[in-house]
Amino acid sequence: MKLREIAHSRTGDKGNTSNISVIAYDAKHYPLLVEQLTAERVKSHFAGVVEGDVVRYELPNIDALNFVMTNTLGGGVTRSLALDAHGKSLSSALLDLEITMPSNVRQSGD
Amino acid sequence: MMRTIRIGSGAGYSGDRIEPALELAEKGDIQYLVFECLGERTVALAQQARTKNPELGYDPLLEERMHAVLPLCAAKRIKIVTNMGAANPEAAARKTAEIAKSLGLPPLKVAAIIGDDVLDACKKGDYPFLEFDGTIKKLGNRLLSANAYLGARPMAEALFQGADVVITGRASDPALFLAPMLHAFDWPMDDWNLLGQGTVAGHLLECAGQITGGYFSDPGYKDIPDLARLGFPIGEVGKDGSLAITKVAGSGGAVTAQTCREQLLYEVHDPQKYFQPDVVADFSKVRIEEIAKDRVRVSGGRGSRRTDTLKVSVGYLDSFIGEGQISYAGPGALARGRLALEIVRERLKLTGVAATELRFDLIGVDSLHGPQVSDRAGEPYEVRIRVAGRTESLREATRIGNEVETLYTNGPAGGGGAWKSARDVVAIASVLLPRELAKPEVRFVEV
Repeated sequence: MKLREIAHSRTGDKGNTSNISVIAYDAKHYPLLVEQLTAERVKSHFAGVVEGDVVRYELPNIDALNFVMTNTLGGGVTRSLALDAHGKSLSSALLDLEITMPSNVRQSGD
Repeated sequence: MMRTIRIGSGAGYSGDRIEPALELAEKGDIQYLVFECLGERTVALAQQARTKNPELGYDPLLEERMHAVLPLCAAKRIKIVTNMGAANPEAAARKTAEIAKSLGLPPLKVAAIIGDDVLDACKKGDYPFLEFDGTIKKLGNRLLSANAYLGARPMAEALFQGADVVITGRASDPALFLAPMLHAFDWPMDDWNLLGQGTVAGHLLECAGQITGGYFSDPGYKDIPDLARLGFPIGEVGKDGSLAITKVAGSGGAVTAQTCREQLLYEVHDPQKYFQPDVVADFSKVRIEEIAKDRVRVSGGRGSRRTDTLKVSVGYLDSFIGEGQISYAGPGALARGRLALEIVRERLKLTGVAATELRFDLIGVDSLHGPQVSDRAGEPYEVRIRVAGRTESLREATRIGNEVETLYTNGPAGGGGAWKSARDVVAIASVLLPRELAKPEVRFVEV
C-alpha cells in the first residue's frame, strides 16, 4: 500500500535544505514508518532532487519522522530556478512510497 | 498579573488575508494580536525601497492591516506586535500613529524596535556564510543588507513601557509571540524550559492558517471545512507555560492533533535543537492532545541555554533569472512540448546566450520533481513548457524568454499563451554574529 494510506506529511524550507515530516495517522503504524522509511530509501526516492544528504529524526511522542534533506532546493529558495522554489510539493511525492503492511498489524487494526 | 493570556495570530506572511485578524479582534477574546509578515528576503527588498525613499521600506500592506484592526484593538485594549517594520520600523510606527489619528482614535503608544540592522558590524568583520563557501567581504558591492534575528526582550520592553503597538524589523518569528508572554508573566530570561515551551507556542502560531487547516487539506484523506473562511489561530498560554491552540468558534478550518503535529515540524531540522535568539528550544518531548473540538493541548516543550551568536540574514544581489513559458494541448501535446524544449535548448547555444545554469521543465509532467521522480506520469491533455536560466546581466536574462516566445512562429504546431520575464535575484545567505554587536533599542513615536 501507499504511504499516503497511513501517514500525512508537510514540507518546510530553509535556504537550500528541505525538511519533510511523515506522521502516522494511527500510533500503531509508527513502528512501520521507523522500520521501512529509512533515510537511504527516502534519498533514493528523491533521485534527481536531493543532491545532498538525508538525515532522519524520530519523534515517537507524536508518531512522526522528520527527514532533513540538504542541497535540495536548487541552490536555495531565494535564488532557485525551480517553479516550486520552496519545494512545498515534495511531501506529496514522499506519500507515493510503497509500504509493506505485515499481516499482524493489519489484523490488530480491524 | 494575568494567569492566562490569549494571543491571536493575524497573518502568516506579508500578503496574507486581511479579515481573519479582524475576526480575532472582534470575537477571539484576545489580549495580543501578532502579525508575522517578514519573509527571508523581504528585508533586503525593503532596504532597496528605503534607499529610494527614506519614508518607505516597511511592509506594503501595513496601512491596510492597521486601518482594518486599529479601531477594534484600540477599543478593546488589544496590543499589537508585528515585524511589519521590515527595513524601516520607525517610519512604520509613524505611519501607524498617523492612521490612528486619522481614524479619530484615542492616542496610541506606538513603539519601534531598531537595531536589527547590523550591516556596519558585518562589514567590519569577515564572517563566513553558513550555506556555502565565502564570506561577506567577498560579496563586495553586491552586498545589500544584513539584519540580525533579534529576540523577544526588546519587544517585551516596549510593552512594559506601555506600548499599544510594537513594530519591529527582523526578529525571530516565534519571538513575536514570546514577547507578549514575557510581558504578561515576566518569565526570567534564563528559565530555558519556559522559554522553550513559549517558543513551541510561537512556532505553532507564526504561520497563522497553517495550523488551522491551511496547507493541509487533501480531499478524501484530510478534509477541512470552509477554507475560504479559514479562521486564524489563538494560543492560550498560562503563566506556567501551559498551552492550548484554538480558533474562533464558527470560523472556517479546524484545529486538530494532525494540524498541530504537521506545524510542529514545519521548517524544523534537529527537533532537539531549534535555535532561537533567546533559547535553544527542544521539541523532541512535545505532547499534542485534542481536548475538545478545535482545541488542542500542547505540552513538553523544553530548552537549553541560548548561544553566544545571533543569526544574521544577509541580502545580496546574486544574479539574474530569465524565463519563458508556452503551452501545447490535444493529441501529441507532450511530444510537441518536448520538441519545443529541444529547439530552445539549441537556440540558446546557437545564439550564445551566456547562462550559468539552465532548467527545462514540462509543467504538468515533471516541473516540480524532475524527470526521475515523475517518470510514471501519463500523457496529459495539455502541457506547458518552461525554460529558466541564470545569467550575469538583465540583458542576457531577457534573451531566454525571447527564445521561448519566438516558438509562436518558429516552433511546433499550436503553441499558445507564451509568457516571459526577466528579473534580478536578491538572495539571502546567513552568518553568525557575536550577539553583543547587535544593539536593539525601543523608540516611541510622538503623534
